[in-house]
Amino acid sequence: MPVEKAQEALIPQISMKNLNFYYGKALALKNINLDIYKGHVTAFIGPSGCGKSTLLRTINRMYDLYPGQHAEGQLIVDGKNILDKGVDTIELRAKVGMVFQKPTPFPMSIYDNIAFGVRMHEKLSRNQMDDRVEWALTKAALWTEVKDKLNAPGTGLSGGQQQRLCIARGVAVKPQVLLLDEPTSALDPISTMRIEELIHELKRDFTIAIVTHNMQQAARVSDFTAYMYLGEMVEFGKTDEIFIKPKDKRTEDYITGRMG
Amino acid sequence: MNLVVKRKAINFLALSLSLAAMAFGLFWLIWILWMVFEQGVSSLALTLFTQDTPAPGSAGGLRNAIAGSAIMVGLAMFIATPIAILAGIYLAEYGRTTLLGKVTRFVNDILLSAPSIVIGLFVYAVYVAQMGKFSGFAGALALALLVIPVVVRTTEDMLVLVPNSLREAAFALGAPKWKVIMMVTLRAAKTGVVTGILLALARISGETAPLLFTALSNQFWSLDLNEPMANLPVTIYKFAMSPFADWQGLAWAGVFIITLAVLILNILARVVFRRAAAQH
Repeated sequence: MPVEKAQEALIPQISMKNLNFYYGKALALKNINLDIYKGHVTAFIGPSGCGKSTLLRTINRMYDLYPGQHAEGQLIVDGKNILDKGVDTIELRAKVGMVFQKPTPFPMSIYDNIAFGVRMHEKLSRNQMDDRVEWALTKAALWTEVKDKLNAPGTGLSGGQQQRLCIARGVAVKPQVLLLDEPTSALDPISTMRIEELIHELKRDFTIAIVTHNMQQAARVSDFTAYMYLGEMVEFGKTDEIFIKPKDKRTEDYITGRMG
Repeated sequence: MNLVVKRKAINFLALSLSLAAMAFGLFWLIWILWMVFEQGVSSLALTLFTQDTPAPGSAGGLRNAIAGSAIMVGLAMFIATPIAILAGIYLAEYGRTTLLGKVTRFVNDILLSAPSIVIGLFVYAVYVAQMGKFSGFAGALALALLVIPVVVRTTEDMLVLVPNSLREAAFALGAPKWKVIMMVTLRAAKTGVVTGILLALARISGETAPLLFTALSNQFWSLDLNEPMANLPVTIYKFAMSPFADWQGLAWAGVFIITLAVLILNILARVVFRRAAAQH
């Protein structure tokens, strides 16, 4: 970690206070209290079903799509509790982008895949849009590979390219936060490495929260790590500390491979 | 060893039975196609497309019937397709679990399996009887009512097949629901929806029953939708039942034309669908 970053004051971009989440009546997140810091990467690790993805999907209110799911408590993004009734989810999702486990290119050209989200929130001229598409694809380290076939369908790219396209799509909207839900679990090692490098690049401009099953990945890419188990936040801290000297026995068991 | 012999015998028996069943089905189908081809081709002439249906004993063609069928089928598709696609979108994207959605789906399934003659009688009762005459518009209406449930069903099925992850990805970018449907979900299901429309088109091209009570038929050239309108299925029905050899010949030619058109539509639907499958 660079020295100046370590000395920088930590500003919470997202704050969770007594956050509970329900699938119908089943409690899936139990009283979560956590800050996600601006300009840093926070990794969420834990065994399957522990609530990591649920937590991520609460931050952009993805759960709204499914009746019966709801959250209680406080989840502050940009000074506002986004769990409140009157919150405009469209505006929220412009601030909080998300990339999913499986690459999901839209059935349209590479260019339109990027422009789709931007058009929702900004009126850009053709030239400005061209610039934005190039900027986003460059950020996602995909520009040189696709610059000559921007009109080809996004579905024709390889898996790793598709996932970088999805990252570019999220970046293009210029959100404050990027949520990555196991972004490399469907990819080969080389594509995984490229995306991890990308995360390092992106954290200069964005706050990143990443869910991963791969503990080496969490150790490699994140500044902070949260270990979750059965819907509870067991331990949260600097990644070095969590991996070198975890305070909780359960965290230690998971990290050393005795569980999960 | 004994077990192996037994297994092979059962396998042979099952395979023979299924082959026999397939041969039985294909036998009739090929016979029908062959007969249509043989009888139809011998009556095929350019005058079919340039002359109207004749009086018995004189020369003529099927021009008015072909034009009438094309107009009514076209109008029926024009009326039914937008309604059916919108209803399919409602069922798949908004009303999946709502009571209205469930009731609509159930009623639509009943309509899907309703005999086409019932639809014809319905349009006769509510439209033809009120207006006091048979008309091309009534025929188109009856055909439209046959198209709607088919296209509603295929549109819904195709939209439901679109993975939720794609919808979520679009929502995650801050897209409103209607944009997600128009730009992403419907686009992903596009080829399936088009296939459904083509199959519905093929189905109504040969329907006779709903036209008997609505468009009736017309011996002469007429493009007036408020008058009885000539069409291929009813003309075939009328001519085939007649004692005149030249009318019977025209009926075979009509059958050949419809069969060919339906065959082409089905092949088109398959090509469209296969192209879609190759893309994914």
